Amino acid sequence: MKILTTNYISCAVKACKSTSLSFPLHFQDAVLVQEEVDFKPEFITNILPRIEWEALKITAVELGFTTLPAQKPEATEEAPLDPQVLKDLHTLLLETQVTEGKLVCANCKHVYNIHQGIANFLLPNHLALPLIMITNF
Amino acid sequence: MDINNPQNYEAEHVHRVYELIASHFSATRFKPWPIVEGFLKGLPIGSIGLDLGCGNGKYLTVNENVFMIGSDRSTALVQIAHDLKTQDSLIADTLELPHPDSRFDFAISIAVIHHFSTTARRIASIRSILATLKPSSNSETNGGKALIYVWALEQPNSKRGWKEGDPQDVMVPWQTSEGYSGVKGGSGKLSKGDKVVTYQRYYHLYREGELVQDIVAAGGIVLESGYERDNWWAICAPPHR
Repeated sequence: MKILTTNYISCAVKACKSTSLSFPLHFQDAVLVQEEVDFKPEFITNILPRIEWEALKITAVELGFTTLPAQKPEATEEAPLDPQVLKDLHTLLLETQVTEGKLVCANCKHVYNIHQGIANFLLPNHLALPLIMITNF
Repeated sequence: MDINNPQNYEAEHVHRVYELIASHFSATRFKPWPIVEGFLKGLPIGSIGLDLGCGNGKYLTVNENVFMIGSDRSTALVQIAHDLKTQDSLIADTLELPHPDSRFDFAISIAVIHHFSTTARRIASIRSILATLKPSSNSETNGGKALIYVWALEQPNSKRGWKEGDPQDVMVPWQTSEGYSGVKGGSGKLSKGDKVVTYQRYYHLYREGELVQDIVAAGGIVLESGYERDNWWAICAPPHR
């Protein structure tokens, strides 16, 4: 699972989604690998405004990356982003992957496992939406 | 069709079957459909979206200038998709998506929601897809849009020959050989002498107008819709806020 993906993951339990605690999920026992991906500055520039920076900072610290700027870097007409900043973000967001570990919801405490780079978000029956809520309306 | 517990019914007649036929199914799924390809290639660079029910991930590589997270209920299919490397994939259920609301530029759901066995669940799945998309009143960027693609009841030119008036809830056979071990890129064709095993998958065949009707029932706005190769499709957006 790429770090960019984790910025787009919340708890799958319906009742958790309305609370701010369900995003981001929190890493435990994460094993990381780096895998080279083609660097496309325009792609990263366009992705940057879409990132939830505060959540990314939390994730980065949990995974041991402490050099992320406190404020989201922003490009202006006069001052485009420093290529090194883009390259660093590329490395963190697209090239860094969690291959093993756990993601935990701070609201319901449910633990989602990541195995061989694939996270499993299927809910056990007691957390799934009650059948009646989907079948009757 | 008597479906007392649709969740258990789909677990037996959809999820279990895909798990069993995953490698053979994947070997027959490598050509993107034109409408889907056009939708994905038309997205601005840096768009972020979802492929819900991504199967073997064949759409994850269509446009490398967007970031897509593929998800599927089948672990075996996600493992195949995950090997594609360029994008990301995970195991999830479309009715219980692990994504924050209103963040995505786009979503595709290709040949997926026809596997939900009640009208209410099909509408709930569309509502779940729409919830992930950026609302259209968002002033910073354009709102998100989703492409939904389902099998049609009206298939005059297919070998199955279904037509208006036929039953819409059907079991569709998938034939594979015992112990099929197709690799990615294989033809998926069975050879003579293979012992054939048939699995049945549940489908709800959509009649003309039904997909649009379900999207509207889910609160969505239909932007475009049409018919392509035995399928109904629609591009839709979440309700204005």
